[in-house]
Amino acid sequence: MSATTPATTKPGAAAGDIAAHRSDFPILSRQVHGKPLVYLDSANTTQKPEAVLERMDRYYRDENANIHRGTHLLSELATAAYEGAREKVRSFLNARSTREIVFVRGTTEAINLVASSYGQGFVKAGDEILITGMEHHSNIVPWQLLCQRTGAVLKVVPIDDRGELVLEEYERLLSERTKLVSLVHVSNALGTVNPVKRVIDLAHARNVPVLVDGAQSAPHLPVDVAALDCDFFAFSGHKIYGPTGAGALYAKEKWLEAMPPYQGGGDMIASVSFEKTTYNELPYKFEAGTSNIAGGVGLGAAVDYLRELGLDAVAAHEHDLLAYGTERLLEIPGLTLVGTAREKAGVLSFVMDEIHPHDIGTILDREGVAIRTGHHCAQPVMTRYGLPATARASLGLYNTRADLDALVAGLGRVRELFGR
Amino acid sequence: MSQLSDLYQEMILDHNKSPRNFGTLPGANHQALGHNPLCGDQLTVYARVEDGVIREVSFIGKGCAISKASASLMTEALKGKSEGDAELLFTKFHDLLTGPPDVKADGKGLGKLAVFSGVREFPVRVKCATLAWHTLRQALAGSPTVASTEGGDPEAGG
Ligand SMILES: Cc1ncc(COP(=O)(O)O)c(C=O)c1O
Repeated sequence: MSATTPATTKPGAAAGDIAAHRSDFPILSRQVHGKPLVYLDSANTTQKPEAVLERMDRYYRDENANIHRGTHLLSELATAAYEGAREKVRSFLNARSTREIVFVRGTTEAINLVASSYGQGFVKAGDEILITGMEHHSNIVPWQLLCQRTGAVLKVVPIDDRGELVLEEYERLLSERTKLVSLVHVSNALGTVNPVKRVIDLAHARNVPVLVDGAQSAPHLPVDVAALDCDFFAFSGHKIYGPTGAGALYAKEKWLEAMPPYQGGGDMIASVSFEKTTYNELPYKFEAGTSNIAGGVGLGAAVDYLRELGLDAVAAHEHDLLAYGTERLLEIPGLTLVGTAREKAGVLSFVMDEIHPHDIGTILDREGVAIRTGHHCAQPVMTRYGLPATARASLGLYNTRADLDALVAGLGRVRELFGR
Repeated sequence: MSQLSDLYQEMILDHNKSPRNFGTLPGANHQALGHNPLCGDQLTVYARVEDGVIREVSFIGKGCAISKASASLMTEALKGKSEGDAELLFTKFHDLLTGPPDVKADGKGLGKLAVFSGVREFPVRVKCATLAWHTLRQALAGSPTVASTEGGDPEAGG
């Protein structure tokens, strides 16, 4: 968390009050398999507060029209709502201008956009793209595809046993050939908070731009792209209490100006003739076709919701839960935590002696406890630890110590069933 | 709770803990590697087939309780069966797993394999229970490729 500073210091809620906002999330009062739902899968996707649900509903009921192209009132309302959301996202990330905020489907599309457009503009055979050993598949495969297309080479910074980046190796791997560093801010498989500011400074000292995959940092830490000075920052709305299919790419204007468009179509052009097409201004040059307007509006509402609570307070609350959960899990005989970095956020990944994560997941589900099991779209991380899979409990602002107690009780049930 | 104990029956837990015919098979003339990306599980099935009869069958690998127990019980069930009978047994077994959850499973003709009747209440676990069988069929078909219960990566999101 040292790597980021809050964009604005808002009063926000005190950490202790955050859990009181659990009741803002209608789904959390439902039952599963006859038990109260204990949702510990927020790294996968978060639940949505009433404020987001209501805002999207209202958009469709009162404001729906296509944007940027109507002369009628509804189109004006829809455009204002969508562009208003862009301004909210700008302010959330502390970007300089809304020209730097491209709406996309989510983190995956944001990274693909950069791999495609930055790749086309700036990467050639023999160049290197540098990622890390703890990336989500969405920050691996687009670069592999780019390397296949261009003959560039993918390099990987290793991680140590705790799940921290080996910074000396990073410095060693940075070279004149490096055309981009792309790394995860907070690991979804391990919870590691990477020292991104340090990573960016080292890259910039060699004039190498940096993409930060913020899918798991945006929900948990205050993010300030100006202070970080990252070149690109990607996140997904559905992981910050907003809808699926709506996310954003922040990119420095100089890059967006220099990069060719990602997709062609309506909205991204200024004028089209068969001889010559000129592209629209930023950020629309990168937004071809009718956007996920309701999704963008919902994302704006989610940003408002989070900022009202205050990311600092949310971070403090989740940090308390993480410490409590770590302590409680370690009481369980035969349980090993995977990912023990000194700076962590939101994630408790673990394995239990001889009991497969898949069995753990099934048994917990019947106890009402929703976790994720598997490789978490980070197979190289699993390989690094010699594991086929882990069980992962991940936190959201609505979680409480009682949720973690339910997890621990459920794991007791697992041990009981397996006679251990 | 009744459902959980339907799934994790004593016999399944026992075969998970002490799988039978666990190991490589000297003299095997068929083998295949199977993979279930949902669990990250991998197992290799070995078989020695003579004149269309499965003389011996074994497996190695890592997996969840359901996939391990299923592999173990499969090896017991298949020893001495013809390839044709093995295929018939698989069909019956598959029907047992995928039948409607509200209909009581009919384990007729399945012997010990009927212990997997609870799996139908847990549709996501069907692939665990069939991994060994798919792998075996791959092995018997003589194909050198990896058998998989999946076409693609079933894990989306993150
Ligand atoms: C670290 C990380 N990066 C990228 C992604 C991809 O996000 P999305 O599936 O929303 O595009 C995820 C989540 O799945 C993630 O956890």
